[in-house]
Amino acid sequence: MVEITLPKNSRIKQGKTWPKPEGATNLREYKIYRWSPDDGENPRIDTYYVDMDDCGPMVLDALLWIKNKIDPTLTLRRSCREGICGSCAMNIDGTNTLACTKGADDISGAVKVYPLPHMPVVKDLVPDLTVPYAQLSSIQPWLQTVSPEPAKEWRQSHEDRAKLDGLYECILCFCCQTSCPSYWWNGERYLGPAVLLQAYRWLIDSRDEATGERLDNLEDPFRLYRCHTIMNCTQACPKGLNPAKAIAEIKKMMVERRV
Amino acid sequence: MAQMQTPLRKVRGLGSAKDGTAHFWRVRVTSVALVPLSLFAIGLVVSLIDAGYAETRAVLAQPIVALLLGLFVVISLDHMRSGMEEIIQDYVHGELAKVVLLMLNLFFIIILGAASIFALLKIAFGG
Repeated sequence: MVEITLPKNSRIKQGKTWPKPEGATNLREYKIYRWSPDDGENPRIDTYYVDMDDCGPMVLDALLWIKNKIDPTLTLRRSCREGICGSCAMNIDGTNTLACTKGADDISGAVKVYPLPHMPVVKDLVPDLTVPYAQLSSIQPWLQTVSPEPAKEWRQSHEDRAKLDGLYECILCFCCQTSCPSYWWNGERYLGPAVLLQAYRWLIDSRDEATGERLDNLEDPFRLYRCHTIMNCTQACPKGLNPAKAIAEIKKMMVERRV
Repeated sequence: MAQMQTPLRKVRGLGSAKDGTAHFWRVRVTSVALVPLSLFAIGLVVSLIDAGYAETRAVLAQPIVALLLGLFVVISLDHMRSGMEEIIQDYVHGELAKVVLLMLNLFFIIILGAASIFALLKIAFGG
């Protein structure tokens, strides 16, 4: 849904400035989005000062430092802290990325941290990703075959396997999904870049036998064709993948099977 | 109750429309057609900058000019309709407003196209 202004209860207020850590000389300012479902208050931006001599270089290090040393109520998802689980996706310095692989040194001025855009917020930096997960399951991201199962494995040539490069690396952090304006406006009906990249990963898998059904399922003015090649997805992807190209390839397949 | 539906039920919705590729392909085809036609139309306007009324009418009455200009009008209007449809689908979310706007969009280009073609024919056949 297009919304030019935020709903009243989502407007961000000036928050609290937490005291600077004592004796620290190498300080870094963090401005972090805070919202709790429990107090009925509007979201606010809290300001924290991180002692960089006592803290690792990544934004995630600083967030955990704040949580451990200043404010234990700061809520965020994280797991692997090395860019492979996709849990700590958030909007840092205006771009969706992974807090664990984003160095604070790459940012000038205060480090601004928000949850992924245009998703309902569960608390602080934790977005509700129920819809994207349901969209992912709607494209049935698993191998589908009709032929009798071979005794050993479904075989694939090296060339066919190479077609999955640049697709299989997706960690489903949804940085691309939530950076897409088309997904913001039509998120209930448009599948979004992350899900379409996954769809393409199964469409070009040489072992999969449901290509036609998969294309049928995607051929829809909203599910697929809300993509207008805005390219925010490709720019945001912290793994350097290209969801926009995957979507373009799906559109090419759609044309190919009817022209 | 919408709240009791599972997320997958909401996402699957009414299913795939099995449509959209024709629209997508049409936009591409009309774009390609418009490259030479637009160049022709711009060239024609530039070449007629110093021409008077009678001379302009005479040029527009030439069969090739009238034909190409007619094609330019029809194809660019079709392209315009497709583009506007996309914009309406992107940004208008009320079902009634969407249907009304999609209809008005279609009516608008049909009226515009009919008027343009009528004018061209009138000039071409010396009305």
